Amino acid sequence: MIERIVNLGRVGIRICENVGRSGWMLLNSIARKPDFKHGFSATVEQVFNEGILSLIIIIVSGLFIGMVVGLQGYNTLEKFGTTQALGQLLALSITRELGPVVTALLFAGRAGSALTAEIGLMKATEQLSSMEMMAVDPLHRVIAPRFWAGVISMPVLATIFSAVAIYGGFLVGVKWLGVDSGAFWSGMQSNVDFRIDVVNGIIKSIVFGVVVTWIAVYQGYDSVPTSEGISRATTRSVVYSSLAVLGLDFLLTAMMLGGW
Amino acid sequence: MHFSRRDRIIFNNVNFDIQRGKITAIMGPSGTGKTTLLKLIGGQLLPDEGTITVDEEIIHRLSRKQLYRARRKMGMLFQTGGLFTNLSVFENVAFPIREHTALNESMIRDLVLMKLEAVGLRGARDLMPSQLSGGMARRVALARGIALDPLLMMYDEPFTGQDPISMGVLVKLIKWLNDALGMTSIIVSHDVTETASIADYIYVIANGQVIGQGSPQDLQQSDSPHVKQFMQGLPDGPVPFHYPCVDFEEDLFTEQKHD
Repeated sequence: MIERIVNLGRVGIRICENVGRSGWMLLNSIARKPDFKHGFSATVEQVFNEGILSLIIIIVSGLFIGMVVGLQGYNTLEKFGTTQALGQLLALSITRELGPVVTALLFAGRAGSALTAEIGLMKATEQLSSMEMMAVDPLHRVIAPRFWAGVISMPVLATIFSAVAIYGGFLVGVKWLGVDSGAFWSGMQSNVDFRIDVVNGIIKSIVFGVVVTWIAVYQGYDSVPTSEGISRATTRSVVYSSLAVLGLDFLLTAMMLGGW
Repeated sequence: MHFSRRDRIIFNNVNFDIQRGKITAIMGPSGTGKTTLLKLIGGQLLPDEGTITVDEEIIHRLSRKQLYRARRKMGMLFQTGGLFTNLSVFENVAFPIREHTALNESMIRDLVLMKLEAVGLRGARDLMPSQLSGGMARRVALARGIALDPLLMMYDEPFTGQDPISMGVLVKLIKWLNDALGMTSIIVSHDVTETASIADYIYVIANGQVIGQGSPQDLQQSDSPHVKQFMQGLPDGPVPFHYPCVDFEEDLFTEQKHD
């Protein structure tokens, strides 16, 4: 019994240590005078790596998820004779939930894992140490641009995902199953509130962007610099990010529905 | 200086005096803390006790800003080279110049070409690190290390894993650069012949202590069993050939009992 309590305590201390270290790392990376000379071009380069290179998976996934939601929604609504509400159902479920959450999960798998592996390898091949010895802070030069790029990319990717998913639902609902095009779009327009539905979805995606990128860069920076260590760090990055996204989604939804 | 990691003592009240303008070698068996010593000098690690002074500055008492300023006077050649894999050879060498100076592109180009010419790789300026051999990568890292004309250059195992030609080139380059640029060099290595051929002074470390020091000639003639074993590469001696274990006969007998 005592041993179990001790182990539980150890786990608790380790979690606290990790949260503290990751917070300290992030603070040292971003809480400083901006360096536009090097920082801007490095951030743009990372937006390409993290955002543009994730576009294919986001667009393809968005299209298929939209099509599936359209098909499932149509079959359910048909039972009640309200297939004209398909546009509304699609837009609300995608902008509020599926868009930000699925994009964040895909982003964690595509860009987050790549970030962790890249930073871990830079550590293992002494690139970070050599940067430090050249009097260049790797937190500023390597971590900060990657972090900001993730925060910028996520809401843009989530918006693209939502737009493509709605189009996928339109293809299935209107073009294939014959839902009236006017009812589809006007139902969506009249029942989707920009502030409550769209903006809240964007806020969620920004929060997910911060959390996923933070976890990814920290796991890479803190990884054991061996092949096994980097492999474990990459796995942890995806698992922790996914769990954090799902947990935070519940919290944010509760806050938003609670009138926040 | 005293330094330990958790319960393991790496350096136990050791004292090193690195002479300005000379090549000083730190030698010793693997795992004795040679690379750790370079990290302590560079301020990447902090000693538990004692002081580390570089050019009259106590490294571990400097603020972050002061430490970074002090590091501009230092260059380091890492064991793996530490080249940035996403940058070309030219951009790798230009990196510290771009970071710490406001020179225009034309001057940066001239400086980079001068450094690459010094290591014989001016023609490789457009290659990526993945296209370089191990020896070439170290020479590029060396060119990058001297890009800002440091006062102190540290070499971490520069000869490890090199073919004889690359090793000869590196030995010659380290000596030549030290003399031509008036630098102070510290070489951490366990390649006795190559290091002894260019070092002015050698420290041999083992078990957290300096077990021998002097010129290469002094150490070659040393009577100390530790130094003798290391300098002559003897397989058995104070550092035993066998990992500590029970008596061989007893071990075999115990094994039979298990069967």
